[in-house]
Amino acid sequence: MTDASVLKVEGLNAFYGRAHILFDVALEVGKGEVVALLGRNGAGKSTTLKSIMGLLAEVRGTRSLDGQNLARLPSFRIAQSGLGYVPEERRIFTGLTVMENLEVGRQPPRQGAPEWTPEKLFALFPNLAEMRDRPGGRMSGGEQQMLTIARTLMGNPRAILLDEPSEGLAPVIVEQMARTIAELKREGLTVLLSEQNLYFAKELSDRAYVIEGGRIRYQCTMAELMADDAVRHAYLTI
Amino acid sequence: MDPAFFFIQFLSGLASASNLFLIACGLTIIFGVTRIVNFAHGSFYMLGAYFAYTLTQQMMALLGDALGFWLALPIAAVAVGLCAVVMELILLRRIYRSHELFQLLATFGVVLIVQDLVQEVWGPEELFGPRAPGFTSFVVIFGFRFPEYQLVLIAAGPLVLGALWLLFNRTRWGTLVRAATQDREMVGALGVNQARLFTGVLFLGGFLAGLAGALQLPVEPANPFMDVNIIAEAFVVTVIGGMGNVLGAFLAALIIAQLQAFGILVFPEITLVLPFLVMALVLVVRPWGLLGKPETSTSHGFAGDRPLRPLSRTQQALVAALIAVLLLLPLVVGEYSQKLALEVFIYALFAFSLNFIMGAGGMVSFGHAAYFGLGGYGAALLVHHLGLNMELAILAAPIAAGLGALLFGWFVVRLSGVYLAMLTLAFAQIVWSTAFQWVELTGGDNGLIGIWPSQWASDRTVYYYLTLLVCGAAIAFLWRASHAPFGYTLRAGRDSTVRADAIGIDLKRHQWLAFALAGTCAGIAGGMFVFSKGNIDPGSLAIPTSVDALVMVLLGGIQTLTGPLVGGAVFHLLEAYILPLTDYWRAFLGAVILVLVIAFPMGLAGFLRDRLTREESAS
Ligand SMILES: Nc1ncnc2c1ncn2[C@@H]1O[C@H](COP(=O)(O)OP(=O)(O)OP(=O)(O)O)[C@@H](O)[C@H]1O
Ligand SMILES: [Mg+2]
Repeated sequence: MTDASVLKVEGLNAFYGRAHILFDVALEVGKGEVVALLGRNGAGKSTTLKSIMGLLAEVRGTRSLDGQNLARLPSFRIAQSGLGYVPEERRIFTGLTVMENLEVGRQPPRQGAPEWTPEKLFALFPNLAEMRDRPGGRMSGGEQQMLTIARTLMGNPRAILLDEPSEGLAPVIVEQMARTIAELKREGLTVLLSEQNLYFAKELSDRAYVIEGGRIRYQCTMAELMADDAVRHAYLTI
Repeated sequence: MDPAFFFIQFLSGLASASNLFLIACGLTIIFGVTRIVNFAHGSFYMLGAYFAYTLTQQMMALLGDALGFWLALPIAAVAVGLCAVVMELILLRRIYRSHELFQLLATFGVVLIVQDLVQEVWGPEELFGPRAPGFTSFVVIFGFRFPEYQLVLIAAGPLVLGALWLLFNRTRWGTLVRAATQDREMVGALGVNQARLFTGVLFLGGFLAGLAGALQLPVEPANPFMDVNIIAEAFVVTVIGGMGNVLGAFLAALIIAQLQAFGILVFPEITLVLPFLVMALVLVVRPWGLLGKPETSTSHGFAGDRPLRPLSRTQQALVAALIAVLLLLPLVVGEYSQKLALEVFIYALFAFSLNFIMGAGGMVSFGHAAYFGLGGYGAALLVHHLGLNMELAILAAPIAAGLGALLFGWFVVRLSGVYLAMLTLAFAQIVWSTAFQWVELTGGDNGLIGIWPSQWASDRTVYYYLTLLVCGAAIAFLWRASHAPFGYTLRAGRDSTVRADAIGIDLKRHQWLAFALAGTCAGIAGGMFVFSKGNIDPGSLAIPTSVDALVMVLLGGIQTLTGPLVGGAVFHLLEAYILPLTDYWRAFLGAVILVLVIAFPMGLAGFLRDRLTREESAS
């Protein structure tokens, strides 16, 4: 674990109405690190990411980005302070073209974070380059997944929360997605990656947190996790 | 007939389509982004006309006719846009997350306040504006004279549509608005300040409505009824087009305006009903309008939602004591108070029946007055036309209202949320228009008079007991139904449609039945109301009556069964004591609504209950 953690979360508790979903979740992501948040369906991965992003009505606990307290900020301020969010459901603006989707995500360049333009993103996602004027509603699942990541990158984030980018994609596309994330890591982007697919996460991540029933059960390096059959069988679907 | 005449009629249709579109497009844009159905949009339109009236007077004197006039219109529109911004900043901001009922009511509160303000500033008379310089004459088309200014109006619709297209497709702001129309939370998560976006959208919507009102000034005098007259039609246009869809609003405005332009030739009595009939038809075939998209659930649930409990011992004792007091009341108080009290029973039943479908059924009706009025008219028509006595005629009240609710309810339960509210409103407007325009049957605007009880019941005290008995029995019946398996099923469905479907409950059937029951009971209230007043007029079916019922429920609190009873009583007593004292009853009522929505969303009963339970748990 690095001292200079970019994203730091402590004592995170989240509620849907009266249902208590997260219990004292704590995690850190260091600069340039890719950290996996692993767990089965319903473990609380998406809820964790949404809580950090300020998208839930009732959240308690501390959250900070590069030392800036995020806890009291509305989600647009959190995004403006340099945290990007890529939702699990993708949430592409279906009536907007690819270029317009990117435009919605655009924010001014930010010191200490990679700077993105549509052209740079099209180099990263060549498929998208060929469909600049196509409405988001007429794209395949894989293309939408690329667009949702590209859209978030247009905000020039310091760190991104990436929710199950491999979900529902064909194996070829999953591989392509893995290469893209590795590329982003080389660019120096900090990533918190929520995943069920251990083999997807394995190649990319430096460290992992394992979540179950809204609690962090285990934390370790990726290598340690791969060596520990007991934990993998207890908390993850293999 | 002469085809040229039809062409002229078609041109007039285009001119009114422009006007409708200008109003409806702002409404639809505001709804698309904020998800608020803005009743006050009619007020914006009216303000546009009044501002234009004052500004043209001043500026034409100052700058000369042509320049003064043509500058005054956009300035009036900008001024209305700023009014809309003020409303966004002080009101809408607080209620974006509230239930759609509160949003509708709050904007209706603004309507009431603006009405009184306008009358205070400009007086109740119609104010005729100047004719538009440069367009004061006629053109001759196929031998018919057609006003030049109407051509200006015809051009205004497509011009605004084009300008909006450029704004939405060629500017960053427009792109953000379109994105927010689909998923505003995601737009926020991408770093866009929604609050500022919403303020801008309100400005645009207000500007467009103000422009529509200002452009109308040379054609129609500014008058204090413009707001309500236009808003129902503007709703129809937005709903038919698909809420949030500008192009849809344009098409719908064309359809409605042309249907009216030609409908008036064939069947003049139908003009008021026609738009609502078309809307009901369109919603049956395309529940989200012509170009609309299915809603992702926008319902937020009511604040302070909690399970219903049977009465405790003390509560039972309280109910018994209340009944005893009501039985003894005529021995102590005079005729006037008895009259007040029996009207309270009628309103309490009216509100209770509304709460039955809203609280338990989760269906927000904006047209509950339809069933109250159907009941009243049902009974009154039999007395008036057939000379039946009260005992027989009153039976028609629940039957007429029940059948109406059964018919309309079948359509209503197929929708949810705002669309459901709009459809109930449309049905109420259909009934209202019929009562208003079918003069031979209903007496039109004057209504039916001389509807008195039979001899034996004409004594105040006897009628008091009769009302207590009838309304009390109906309330007790609905109360039982709320606590019966039927009521639990309804609430289960309200809380999770998906789950209720999964365990095999035919939710729609239950909702339909609940709607019919509530309508029937509202009809009973309407029937008792007619014989207590001796007359009935279309006001009993109009939007303000529906809103009164909602305010009663809201006053009392939605999630309590006693709430509507408390609310009905408080509302009627306020009305009885404050209405005669002030010329500003509407503004007062509007302010009450705003305070309720913002400060006491759980109503008085809910507020008190929370205080009590908090103190109990504290001690
Ligand atoms: N909107 C909601 N309302 C109520 N409960 C919810 C809601 N969304 C999620 N939950 C509950 O919160 C818990 C955590 O859900 P979450 O979506 O965070 O899981 P997840 O780990 O992302 O699962 P998946 O792999 O399926 O995406 C689950 O038990 C779920 O049922
Ligand atoms: Mg998830």
